[in-house]
Amino acid sequence: MADVSTILQPIILPDTSAGAEPRSYWSTVGERLVHDRITLAVGAVLLCVILLAIFAPWAATHDPLQGSVLRRLKPVGTPGFFLGTDEIGRDIWSRLVYGGRLSLICGVTPVALATLIGGTLGLVAGIGGRVVNMAIMRVVDVFYAFPSVLLAIAICGVIGAGIGNTMLSLMIVFTPPIVRVTESLTAQVKNRDFVEAARASAAPLHAIIRHQILPNVLGGMLVYATSLVGISIILSAGLSFLGLGVTPPNPEWGLMLNALRQAIFVNPIVAALPGLAIVLTSLCFNLLSDGLRSAMDIKLPS
Amino acid sequence: MAQFIVLRLLHTILILFGVSIVAFGLIHLIPGNPLDILLPPEAPKEVVERLKVEFGFDKPLYIQYLAWLGRVLQGNLGTSVFTGLRVTGELLSALGNTFVLAIPAALLGFSLGTTLGTLAAFNHGRLLDKLFSVIAILGISMPHYWLGIALVIVFAVLNPVLPAAGMGGDGGFPVNWDEARHLILPVITLSMIPMGVIGRIVRSTVLEILSQEFPTALQAKGLQHRQMVWHVLKNAAPPALAVMGLQLGFLLGGSILVETVFNWPGSGQFMNLAIFRRDIPVLQGTVLVLASFFVIINLLVDVLQALIDPRIRR
Amino acid sequence: MNVPLSSDDRGGTAQPLLIVRDLKKHFPAKGSFWRLSRDKVQAVDGVSFSVAKGQTVGVVGESGCGKSTTARLLLHLIEPDAGEVIFDGEGVGAPGGIGVRDLRLQMQMVFQDSYSSLNPRATIADIIAFGPRMAKKVPSRQAHDRAGGLLEQVGLQPSLFARRYPHELSGGQRQRINIARALALEPRMLILDEAVSALDKSVEAQILNLLADLRRDLGLTYLFISHDLNVVRHVSDRVVVMYLGRIVEAGDVGAIFRRPSHPYTQALLRAMPSMDPDRRTEASPLTGDPPNPINPPSGCRFRTRCAFAEEVCARVSPALDDIAGGHQVACHMMVPGSGHSRAGTICAGHD
Repeated sequence: MADVSTILQPIILPDTSAGAEPRSYWSTVGERLVHDRITLAVGAVLLCVILLAIFAPWAATHDPLQGSVLRRLKPVGTPGFFLGTDEIGRDIWSRLVYGGRLSLICGVTPVALATLIGGTLGLVAGIGGRVVNMAIMRVVDVFYAFPSVLLAIAICGVIGAGIGNTMLSLMIVFTPPIVRVTESLTAQVKNRDFVEAARASAAPLHAIIRHQILPNVLGGMLVYATSLVGISIILSAGLSFLGLGVTPPNPEWGLMLNALRQAIFVNPIVAALPGLAIVLTSLCFNLLSDGLRSAMDIKLPS
Repeated sequence: MAQFIVLRLLHTILILFGVSIVAFGLIHLIPGNPLDILLPPEAPKEVVERLKVEFGFDKPLYIQYLAWLGRVLQGNLGTSVFTGLRVTGELLSALGNTFVLAIPAALLGFSLGTTLGTLAAFNHGRLLDKLFSVIAILGISMPHYWLGIALVIVFAVLNPVLPAAGMGGDGGFPVNWDEARHLILPVITLSMIPMGVIGRIVRSTVLEILSQEFPTALQAKGLQHRQMVWHVLKNAAPPALAVMGLQLGFLLGGSILVETVFNWPGSGQFMNLAIFRRDIPVLQGTVLVLASFFVIINLLVDVLQALIDPRIRR
Repeated sequence: MNVPLSSDDRGGTAQPLLIVRDLKKHFPAKGSFWRLSRDKVQAVDGVSFSVAKGQTVGVVGESGCGKSTTARLLLHLIEPDAGEVIFDGEGVGAPGGIGVRDLRLQMQMVFQDSYSSLNPRATIADIIAFGPRMAKKVPSRQAHDRAGGLLEQVGLQPSLFARRYPHELSGGQRQRINIARALALEPRMLILDEAVSALDKSVEAQILNLLADLRRDLGLTYLFISHDLNVVRHVSDRVVVMYLGRIVEAGDVGAIFRRPSHPYTQALLRAMPSMDPDRRTEASPLTGDPPNPINPPSGCRFRTRCAFAEEVCARVSPALDDIAGGHQVACHMMVPGSGHSRAGTICAGHD
């Protein structure tokens, strides 16, 4: 074997990536996202929807609650009411725009809250010992035993309708899946060598969680949460459709869908419009989630 | 293997207990006294007290639960506050109607999803694949009840070829063409989401398998394309099966929306009515039965998975 | 060996820096039904050795012999079932001794270079500064400055590497980071767990040189775990040979490699390929299958593959006995009166 002790000096290695800026993981993800045309398009559409919802008072052409019996169920293209009117004579476009606010809020808020609560529980379950893990995951299993639609309807049916109750019910429905996903991610990360190295460095547990575990778990959680927003929008609209969610006369897409059901014999296109809005928004969130997942799936050199 | 089944069974029983507690506990989330639903507000106090004792509301919660559980295990789900009929019987017939919808929808959705997903994966990057991706993601972004409405608009209003609502008969499986016609639109509607979800899972699983080396190795050994596909599918089966189980649960529990659109007298509508009429026993019984079905289906799926994939038998 | 004593020194030059006594760790075997089953993986079963200050002790053995588990037991990353760890005269975890936290500030580990030994979401400087900042409450600015100094010490320019991410580096560079991270807490001893096993040979040589320099410059003590006998021979002062959770032989590197006494050690050495084309290995030096770690053979664990196994080997576990000035062997053949037919007739280094 060659005598290697002749090489005595510490070696200054040549810089293999000449002059390139350090690329953090998230900046790489961001760049990949921006270059993905579909995600870009979807993001633009979503931005429009959000902006319309925020600036509803300016974007709407009429008062969404003002109806007139004379103007019932006018078709698309009626001058002044370019998307027609509903069964009470209210302008569809304005109701759609204002409805966007409710639908977006009902879509995002429960998921955000569920991520907060579920994420914390999942982290605790992943890091805690066997007993803690079993306790949390068994309770989650029980809630998982209910199909989400059933659970949402049952809870809403019991505590009553209204936008607050809807969001509460959806939050309860979404927490168990998030707990599961977070726990699974945490358990995987916990076993990796760098976490063991962090433990070996006598750092306190909270520092290890904050700096080593959390940054590596957040990405997966984010992808999953975005995919849930689309479902949340559909579910909340569904609850309103059944009369369990938002109450009339509030403009909400699901509620509009239900109210216009009778109208399909008279003016079918108008009756389908709120559904289109739901599909569009939900589609955007789903595609965004997909785009995020592929952007994050970077095959890093090892 | 037997050990695995025993463990899973114990786990399932535990879960079922939890489910029963939740189903039972639901009514106690209702604001107010459960008796308020049954009696008019001006009822005399003695009547209220007497009914309280009769229904057992005066006893501590866990005793009420145990009593209820005891009755349930004997098959007695209580009596509907509204119709006075036994819940068990009503629920079972409603459930039967839901099955008439759910089973064909499941078969349609699963087979279509698997076929399209596999085709898409084998034609990765080409038009077929992209087309499928669009259809699948539309399938899961769409509120299926809206699709139902749209289908009704197209096929029952604009061009009246299919009935817009109802079962067409007395319930149970269709026995003639007219009854079967009533099935077409609801089944298609209900199968959309499972098709999308299964299709996507199958596609991504098969893609992952194809990216490994063994399919190429199989072909190099001289296997025909068909046989190689069979091997790939066998490997893709476990995750797909798991999702199918979940979807079956969705079909049973989530049919309520489609049933409302098509006025289908299934368990979903049954539950819907119960909610609006505050019919507690019906609600409790329905939730319990539907959730239990889901749990048992998942158990079967898990066992099936373990049979196919030896790695799962921990 | 004259090593300047560190300022944290407690016991003096004669005191071994690390004494390990009778360390044991059993894991419940996978699939054991709710711990009712008796099956246990006997990962580490009564391991005892010591490391003198400034020394490098090499630990060799095949995969699964318990080397890595032992390393983790020392740092209490896994809790031992039994046994003592004594660091510079003070028992770890014992009343009046030092706590695990304080131990970790003096004894650090360098992990095998796999991509997962560095946090992919953190910069190199963050990775190195993490220990001092979190464990010793060193202010961030200071910790980062020190990280820069450590980078230089391991041969990487801070200006080029401090702000980079692990995925941008090569295997050798990542291993230097691993070493810098371990040094950040200013330990007195390093455990190197297969630290060069995953590197190309040329890079391995560079890293070994680096380690030698650091040992000399910083007065470190090393526990060098490896399955590669050549590397161990090159770096160690003493060598410990492990088999299935037990030590079978221990001694100075010269004694082990020139006069191996345990049949397992001899077989290991015979299995090393030689650069001399005239020396060919005709048959595998080891017979039989590696036994199941869940139910190891009774008595001497090596007996199922040993050409000299006899009835006493199954009955009695051989103890690690001193046969000649610090050279220890656990074999009945080396102990006169043990009941083995060849006992007492063999001298160290028999063939």
